[in-house]
Amino acid sequence: MTMKFTEEHEWLKVEGDLVVVGITEHAAEALGDVVFVDLKDAGMTVSKGDEVAVIESVKAASDILAPLDGEVVEVNPALGDNPSLVNEDPMGKAWFFKMKIADLSALDAYMDEDAYKALIG
Amino acid sequence: MTDLKRTGLYDLHLRLGAKMVPFAGYEMPVQYPTGVLKEHLHTRSAAGLFDVGHMGQVILRARSARIEDAALALERLVPVDVLSLGVNRQRYAMFTNDAGGILDDLMVANRGDHLFLVVNAGCKVQDVAHLKAHLSGDCEVTEITDRGLLALQGPGAEAALAALVPGAAAMRFMDVGIFDWQGVDLWISRSGYTGEDGYEISVPDAKAVALAEALLAQPGVAPIGLGARDSLRLEAGMCLYGHDIDTTTTPVEANLTWAIQKARRAGGARDGGFPGAGRILGELAAGASRRRVGLRPEGRAPMREGVALFDAAEGGAQIGVICSGGFGPSIEGPMAMAYLPSSLKEGDTVWGDLRGRRVVAVVSPTPFHPTNYKR
Repeated sequence: MTMKFTEEHEWLKVEGDLVVVGITEHAAEALGDVVFVDLKDAGMTVSKGDEVAVIESVKAASDILAPLDGEVVEVNPALGDNPSLVNEDPMGKAWFFKMKIADLSALDAYMDEDAYKALIG
Repeated sequence: MTDLKRTGLYDLHLRLGAKMVPFAGYEMPVQYPTGVLKEHLHTRSAAGLFDVGHMGQVILRARSARIEDAALALERLVPVDVLSLGVNRQRYAMFTNDAGGILDDLMVANRGDHLFLVVNAGCKVQDVAHLKAHLSGDCEVTEITDRGLLALQGPGAEAALAALVPGAAAMRFMDVGIFDWQGVDLWISRSGYTGEDGYEISVPDAKAVALAEALLAQPGVAPIGLGARDSLRLEAGMCLYGHDIDTTTTPVEANLTWAIQKARRAGGARDGGFPGAGRILGELAAGASRRRVGLRPEGRAPMREGVALFDAAEGGAQIGVICSGGFGPSIEGPMAMAYLPSSLKEGDTVWGDLRGRRVVAVVSPTPFHPTNYKR
């Protein structure tokens, strides 16, 4: 399936029965050089809007929020060792976490790529 | 955004792909496509060119035409020994208020028959008014508005500038001089705001772009934005006005006593006689209850401005707030400055509240990164 996008500049991709979450290239560029990623532990149950991670760049701190209700089943260990991955490959290797959600159709509410591109101009 | 001013290098910044942001009433480059981290490291390893044309340039000339009179007049506003400043030498100073707080910090240069001041962009209007209000009887205060200001910083700065202005190579740290380049006068000081060797160069507006381009054409010189300027100065332990010093902080609290020479201290040749002298000399004698210190937070998460500091890992009392903080690319870790009770010593631990979690920060010497001046 193709990617979905949130207004908070996160991307969502379905992988089996999980949803992979990361930040968009646009967001990574706006953040600047990422120096630290503070990820919560896997296994926690989250509601939409809960903080799951904090990204620290040379400029500012930004929260990564859960885009959906569900359980965070995996976080990306590579980001702890190499936070600059977020700048190098935001849409690929720098995924933040994987969630298990009750109903994948909840993703339908989010933007497709064209809508997101229109949003960021 | 409509009221923002631009420096003469605005179009050059755009051509270089800068991201422009509002700063102190100006549209200034915060970074170029290289990005803050690499710009910072480039300045430390080669040379960085900064547009600091938003800063204020002021000439102070005694009506008597004697430089000593200009120096003595300025001494009425700063706790600094200006009189002993040698010809073609520069010194750090600060304007104080009657409460002993800091109105602005600045550089003062002795240029033979007058003083040349460089003040912060955000304070320059009030600084010029302050100078005129207090010194007009003795001095002519002239704000220079037809010159740009560039900073060239880093170990490659000397070679790059000397290629255009050979005489700059012989200058030492805090020397100033006037040099010809392509028929115009460059006002050069060997100083900066990065902890590196380097220069600040005042150039007539008409030649500012040409000079910037000529410097950028030298090997190893890259344009650097305000983002890296901030991380560079913080690694060097330098204060940013409005954040680390302001009207609520005294020079003693700010740990800037090194800038108050003996002549202006109690028992000195010209002790006191500046605004807030009572409080400042009192704090010099008895100590201030709080001091600006360096902090190294544990881990990699920066403690930024506004983070509350506590004396315990849980509970305890709030004992301060971070005034500047960020990630130091050269020290590869977070760094910060804060005002803390003077009882705390280097090596002591405090705890910063990072999103509800208490993180250890150790009181540490500044600069965080060793300075590299040409003394």
